[in-house]
Amino acid sequence: MQTNFLRKIIFDEKSRSLLIQTLVIGLFALFIYLIAQQTAYNLEKRGISSGFDFLNLSAGYDISIRLIPFTSEDTHFRAYFVGLLNTLMIAVCGCFLATIIGFLVGVIRLSSNWLFRNIAYVYVEFTRNVPVLLQIILYYSILLHLPKIKQAIEIFDGFFLTNRGFFSPSPIFKEGFSLVLWSFLIAIIASILIKKILKKKQEQTGQQYPIFLINSALIIFTPILVYYIMGRPLEFDAPVLKGFNFKGGMVIRPEFLGMLFGLSIYTAAFISETVRSGIIAVSKGQREASQALGLKNNLVMRLIVIPQALRVIIPPLTSQYLNLTKNSSLGIAIGYADLVHGFGGISLNQTGRAIEIMLMVMLTYLTISLTISLFMNIYNKSVQFKGNA
Amino acid sequence: MEQVIQLEKVNKWYDDFHVLKDIDLSVQRGQKIVVCGPSGSGKSTMIRCINRLEAHQKGHIVVHNTELTNDLKNIDMIRKNVGMVFQQFNLFPHLSVIDNISLAPIWVKKMPKKEAEDIAMSYLEKVKIPEQAQKFPGQLSGGQQQRVAIARSLAMNPDIMLFDEPTSALDPEMIKEVLDVMIQLAEEGMTMLVVTHEMGFAKTVADQMIFMDEGKIVEQATPDEFFNNPKSDRTKLFLSQILNH
Repeated sequence: MQTNFLRKIIFDEKSRSLLIQTLVIGLFALFIYLIAQQTAYNLEKRGISSGFDFLNLSAGYDISIRLIPFTSEDTHFRAYFVGLLNTLMIAVCGCFLATIIGFLVGVIRLSSNWLFRNIAYVYVEFTRNVPVLLQIILYYSILLHLPKIKQAIEIFDGFFLTNRGFFSPSPIFKEGFSLVLWSFLIAIIASILIKKILKKKQEQTGQQYPIFLINSALIIFTPILVYYIMGRPLEFDAPVLKGFNFKGGMVIRPEFLGMLFGLSIYTAAFISETVRSGIIAVSKGQREASQALGLKNNLVMRLIVIPQALRVIIPPLTSQYLNLTKNSSLGIAIGYADLVHGFGGISLNQTGRAIEIMLMVMLTYLTISLTISLFMNIYNKSVQFKGNA
Repeated sequence: MEQVIQLEKVNKWYDDFHVLKDIDLSVQRGQKIVVCGPSGSGKSTMIRCINRLEAHQKGHIVVHNTELTNDLKNIDMIRKNVGMVFQQFNLFPHLSVIDNISLAPIWVKKMPKKEAEDIAMSYLEKVKIPEQAQKFPGQLSGGQQQRVAIARSLAMNPDIMLFDEPTSALDPEMIKEVLDVMIQLAEEGMTMLVVTHEMGFAKTVADQMIFMDEGKIVEQATPDEFFNNPKSDRTKLFLSQILNH
């Protein structure tokens, strides 16, 4: 009876796998516990204090690139948020730019034009085979070799390229500008309604409307019209050279531009390959069947090829977004004040709380990455086929 | 009889491989022509040239008094009147059955959606699977998919139908359901050009049999003559191989 019971546990498929899994989880938990205990013991023995109380201490350093106000008197916790916002800013801008370049290059790689196709090919092979860190440093160095402030290149009236960044006029909103913003918002809502109405009308009458053109015009011209009606409630504060630097206006720092170019140009090369493979993966028969039905090429692309290509493109595209986001931590190399550079670097050096800070930084990246994954997976589900096609 | 398709000394090369050699063919309205021959003989290429999925390099192809050239207008016009059914069905996997069928009427003929869907349903009834309208191609059997593909073509109301080995990718049990639909179509007077090795179907339906080999039309005859009294030795050999097993 006893042996039978043991026999059953060891040789029964279900109970055996349950047994093994319980053992593995138990051992893993023990392992983590031992490490944590040992670390706590070591820290205490060396007199290194631990805990998260340092977050409320004054940081004592400045951050040049910031989306929220920050001075050296602010806390480490605020420094964390400044860094987090900078990381998110470069990740969002980078993914956006990389997607645009990537889709363009991917389509050009399939073009019948020999010259364009091969330029795209050289671009892809060059950028994806050189480490991204070197590319970031390259673009940053180029930006640093732009003329000094005194010899700034003025591209348009009030727009200056210098080795300290890209200076441009900053907008000053006056009374009545909120109406322009509201009209913009209303135009967007109206365009969504118009799209619905025209779609319905197409379903009823068969007549096709240039919905995209109508709505673009609506969204662009409504705010402009309101802007003039309100008596142009917007002024610009142009940067003016005073002494050794520009006064007024706003600036995009070379560190940000270097990161943006480096990350997006590098990642776009991978995205373009993904896009190319996605389009190729749509079988020739799909195109032939659409042509045989009399569909014109742009409709074949829009209704048949792209919806099917997305199915193949989305999963690897997600990986590329994740890569770009994590690679943004390379900002430390050129002094871009992201999470790793400020909080994960300077705060760490000043407080010595390496474990706490690294844990926080790692968990933050994990959260950002999982969020991207989550949304991309939801989107991915919406483009997959039903059945086993 | 009105002539709807005419091929005159049509030649085509893939690089230096000569696929079609001086093909002459004339199809009258309502005629059903079955094309057979060994693989690589150019039968598929020939019918694919008729709606310009392949371009011929020499000779003339005239469909409904419109000559196929690089002129995109002509190509569009001809494709609107010529339906095609493929060996691999080529249904659009991301669209439901009814959307597969109503897509071209909506976007090419600019038909109201309701009307296009009504037409789609009527053709689904014709191919006897109206209950599958909301399913996706991946959820259907091969035979059902091919019938949807036929309905999709018919929804554009073509007056000529091209069939490129429509049953070659099907399990034996499903071949009949597709052939039944094709026979029904033939009885209704559709002009049909069918590449197939289903000789039973050919005997029932064909007005003319065409045998091709090495890019040439070797023999063209009525089914009666073709099966009972073939003239060329190549045809005799082919028939003995596909009929005696």
